[in-house]
Amino acid sequence: MKPQKLVMVGNGMAGVRTLEELLKLASGQYDITVFGAEPHANYNRILLSPVLTGEQSFKDIMLNDVDWYAEHGITLHLNKKVVKIDRVRREVLAEDGTVAEYDRLLLATGSNPFILPVPGKDLDGVITFRDIYDVNRMIEAAQTKRHAVVIGGGLLGLEAANGLAARGMQVSVVHLSSWLLERQLDPSAAKLLQRNLETRQLSFLLEKQTEALLGDEHGAVRAIRFKDGNEIPAELVVMAVGIRPNTTLAESAGIYCNRGVVVSDTMQTYDPRIYAVGECVSHRGIAYGLVAPLFEQARVAANHLANYGIGRYEGSVTSTKLKVTGIDLFSAGDFMGSEGTEAITLADPVGGVYKKLVVKGDRLVGACLYGDTSDGAWYFRLIREGKPIHEIRDQLMFGESAVGDVGHAGENRAATMPDSAEVCGCNGVCKGTIVKAIRDKGLFTVDGIKQHTKAASSCGSCSGLVEQILINCVGGAADVKPKSEKPVCGCTDHNHAAVRQAIREQHLISIPAVMRYLNWRTPDGCATCRPALNYYLISTWPGEARDDSRSRLINERVHANIQKDGTYSVVPRMWGGVTNPSELRRIADVADKYQIPMVKVTGGQRIDLLGVKKEDLPKVWAELDMPSGHAYGKSLRTVKTCVGSEFCRFGTQNSTQMGIDLEKDLFGMWSPAKVKLAVSGCPRNCAEAGIKDVGVIGVDSGWELYIGGNGGIKTEVAQFLCKVTSHDEVLEYSGAFLQLYREEAFYLERTVHYLHRVGLEHIKQRVVDDADGRAELYARLRYALSFEQDPWLERTKQGVDKHEFEVLAG
Amino acid sequence: MQQDWKAICQIDDIPAQGARVVKRAGADDIAVFRTVDNQIFALIDKCPHKGGPLSQGVVHGRAVTCPLHNWVIALDSGEAQGPDEGCAGHIPVRLEAGTVYLALPQAVATCDHAC
Ligand code: SRM
Ligand SMILES: Cc1cc2nc3c(=O)[nH]c(=O)nc-3n(C[C@H](O)[C@H](O)[C@H](O)COP(=O)(O)OP(=O)(O)OC[C@H]3O[C@@H](n4cnc5c(N)ncnc54)[C@H](O)[C@@H]3O)c2cc1C
Ligand code: SF4
Ligand code: FES
Repeated sequence: MKPQKLVMVGNGMAGVRTLEELLKLASGQYDITVFGAEPHANYNRILLSPVLTGEQSFKDIMLNDVDWYAEHGITLHLNKKVVKIDRVRREVLAEDGTVAEYDRLLLATGSNPFILPVPGKDLDGVITFRDIYDVNRMIEAAQTKRHAVVIGGGLLGLEAANGLAARGMQVSVVHLSSWLLERQLDPSAAKLLQRNLETRQLSFLLEKQTEALLGDEHGAVRAIRFKDGNEIPAELVVMAVGIRPNTTLAESAGIYCNRGVVVSDTMQTYDPRIYAVGECVSHRGIAYGLVAPLFEQARVAANHLANYGIGRYEGSVTSTKLKVTGIDLFSAGDFMGSEGTEAITLADPVGGVYKKLVVKGDRLVGACLYGDTSDGAWYFRLIREGKPIHEIRDQLMFGESAVGDVGHAGENRAATMPDSAEVCGCNGVCKGTIVKAIRDKGLFTVDGIKQHTKAASSCGSCSGLVEQILINCVGGAADVKPKSEKPVCGCTDHNHAAVRQAIREQHLISIPAVMRYLNWRTPDGCATCRPALNYYLISTWPGEARDDSRSRLINERVHANIQKDGTYSVVPRMWGGVTNPSELRRIADVADKYQIPMVKVTGGQRIDLLGVKKEDLPKVWAELDMPSGHAYGKSLRTVKTCVGSEFCRFGTQNSTQMGIDLEKDLFGMWSPAKVKLAVSGCPRNCAEAGIKDVGVIGVDSGWELYIGGNGGIKTEVAQFLCKVTSHDEVLEYSGAFLQLYREEAFYLERTVHYLHRVGLEHIKQRVVDDADGRAELYARLRYALSFEQDPWLERTKQGVDKHEFEVLAG
Repeated sequence: MQQDWKAICQIDDIPAQGARVVKRAGADDIAVFRTVDNQIFALIDKCPHKGGPLSQGVVHGRAVTCPLHNWVIALDSGEAQGPDEGCAGHIPVRLEAGTVYLALPQAVATCDHAC
């Protein structure tokens, strides 16, 4: 098929992002031509502020240089403003006469700074703050002139003022409202901000209305006069009083505009061949002025341009941040409060900290933070997800670390950390490296940071911190999403929930079928999505979907843990941590015979043989003659037990036997992430049931069940689910909970994260309150497990996957 | 160096989206891959990152993800993809009437970039 022609007008952040997304989906589908009125390729407009202060150079903030366009075969017309769209002939015309035909047209013309219609607005030295041209003029002015006036005390105005002050000018900020940043802050926070900025030699004229700009004999501005008659000197005037969507071109072509080019949820204008994204559009009556929503729009537009037709843009909740070094403020959602909201506030005027949280019913709807913004990301997440907060309301103000944090205290150090501080302990990445990558590579996502620095790419415990560093660097532009909203991986736009739903509702039973139905972008996925799909298939359709060993990571494929040198470890199952002399003798013999370099007692009450050669695995398993301990799988791991009532003087129940029975009952269970249990015989809890996915504690009158504990990356105490009286109930309740988790959790989500996402109430309702539902869940688990055998036996006796353990001769 | 085409195995000895290891005395192991569309590639079985055995990774498209720390290595060139840098040498492969031949004893082609 001949490629269609796509023309893009406006070579800015939203437009180019759309092209990037489109190239990921369907490179080659279009011949692309781009017109940009500026003489530069695509740069990161939001970083003009640090360029103005001198913290970065223009080169630092380039996102796509001209080579990028060439590499992707894009025809680039710089410094050419498009002046006409001919919708009948389907072509655009640029100022210099260049014509380009289109099959589809993408408008991304951004917005224009608003200019106050006052006398003197055209004088020399009166400028706006929108592009690199403006910045260069400010830098020039700072070299020769002294008095600068910035009109507008919003984000842009304050960043301009701060930059000019940093370049040595005397700056006054004129603002109409009675407090600064009235759209981002409430008056109390704004007061603190103003005080801080005043210490940086900025002065403020609030509630002042500009009447005229006065010029000198050369036509250059020299002063500014207010409605109240006052006058102050001004050799440079920066107007930062707002922006207006740039709709001139669209309007002249008869495309419907109403404070922005009006688009549908698919980012199409009233002419379906013409799409629009970015600050020039009006979507459901809103024109956004921040990049995060524009990027979401870009993704949807690209999806439709690529003929996938599945994305929808449904609007965004935005958050903002002032990019002035040393000042931390953050606001999101309805931070002013309105009908039916309540505010929780904390104010420490001396320490320069102010926090206000706006709550409606049992949801957080807005936040305004000044001085300590370390929890901004967390509040923003709560606002976006609309999660009930009644359980944590009393600790909400004290931040994420106050809410059930036992292990890693203070993930919220991002702002105050020095550059040399290590953020990612697994890969040894420091804060400075991350900040540099964000700046140099123009990153807006945690995924981007992972790719470029490796931070947060291993155990993931630092991703919260990385996210905060990102937000600190790029503010509202940070593209931060909860896992539940994120696509599974780069091969698809669908999130985990949508994939699970499609598999269930469409009765899909193979990976290729899922990929076909959901329009996967890659022929056979990647190492992230394939294992997830495999799990979803076998857990949704046991007995029907076939386990695909090629879509399992190495450990689950060969049923042993790979070691750093390519050898493997072998952990045989010891039911409930109980062994006997004959097993121990076999272990000793095998270790001798195969020269296994290390035999170790694990933290899971069993024995690990480390450093086994891959070719030896089947023989080692056969001679051990013990079942697999699944120490390698997203599956049932261990059930730890204590000695219990049989021997212990305090024991109230036979915890050892209970543990053995649970382990046998759940043997072979695959799960979204690993599952560990423990059973203690009394509340002294020697088996550490309080930090297990399912913890069971024997008491005189029965058993207490706890769920969602985790002793790993971030210690989480298990939550009390219910109390039962009999042994069989322990099996049924535990099994029902684990089945619910198997059916509803996302791949790699451990019980604690699943529990946080769906809430304890939901689980109680399904597992405790609904007896029939519980029985059904448990029955479904039994059915799924009826297909599972000991994988080691399958390999030693039935010769499954023989090729894995045999090498070829070269 | 003298180079021969050496028959290694039949294509069906390698599972689609899988790999086999070729052991050689006194030289690095070779990983022979078969993609979902039945293309065959061979790389030195040693990840440019920290030497992980690439033969144990997940094969997808024209790439393999290393089992140790998830670098993605292109099967045709041996080069690490994305922001990672490095190259596992690749070995010319021929497929004839279902038999897989490797250019051996030693014809490791490194990629164009400095490795
Ligand atoms: C062998 C063992 C250490 C030991 O010598 O004691 C071990 C070894 C590994 N653990 Fe562990 N963990 C071992 C007990 C634990 C425990 C303690 C326990 O189970 O009571 C924990 C904390 C409890 C928990 O999971 O809640 C633990 C929390 C982790 C974590 C963090 C999980 C989390 O969700 O926070 C990881 C990383 C992961 O799974 O992504 C991990 C990952 C690993 C891996 C599999 C790393 C890897 O991916 O290769 C290690 C394999 C080493 C190897 O080369 O074989 N290991 N690991 C223990 C095996 C227990 C067993 O008999 O099966
Ligand atoms: C100083 C500054 C700081 C900012 N800080 C932040 C921040 O911290 N966080 C945040 O989220 N957002 C911030 N923003 C806003 C953010 O930069 C914009 O939301 C974003 O750049 C808008 O992208 P866009 O593609 O819609 O428009 P633009 O990036 O403005 O691109 C539009 C392009 O189209 C060109 N164009 C217009 N008409 C035509 C035509 N007829 N023919 C050819 N070309 C045309 C323009 O010259 C321009 O290059 C900041 C903006 C500025 C100016
Ligand atoms: S065994 Fe566990 S704690 Fe020890 S190094 Fe490996 S993953 Fe880390
Ligand atoms: S050794 Fe391959 S990714 Fe580290």
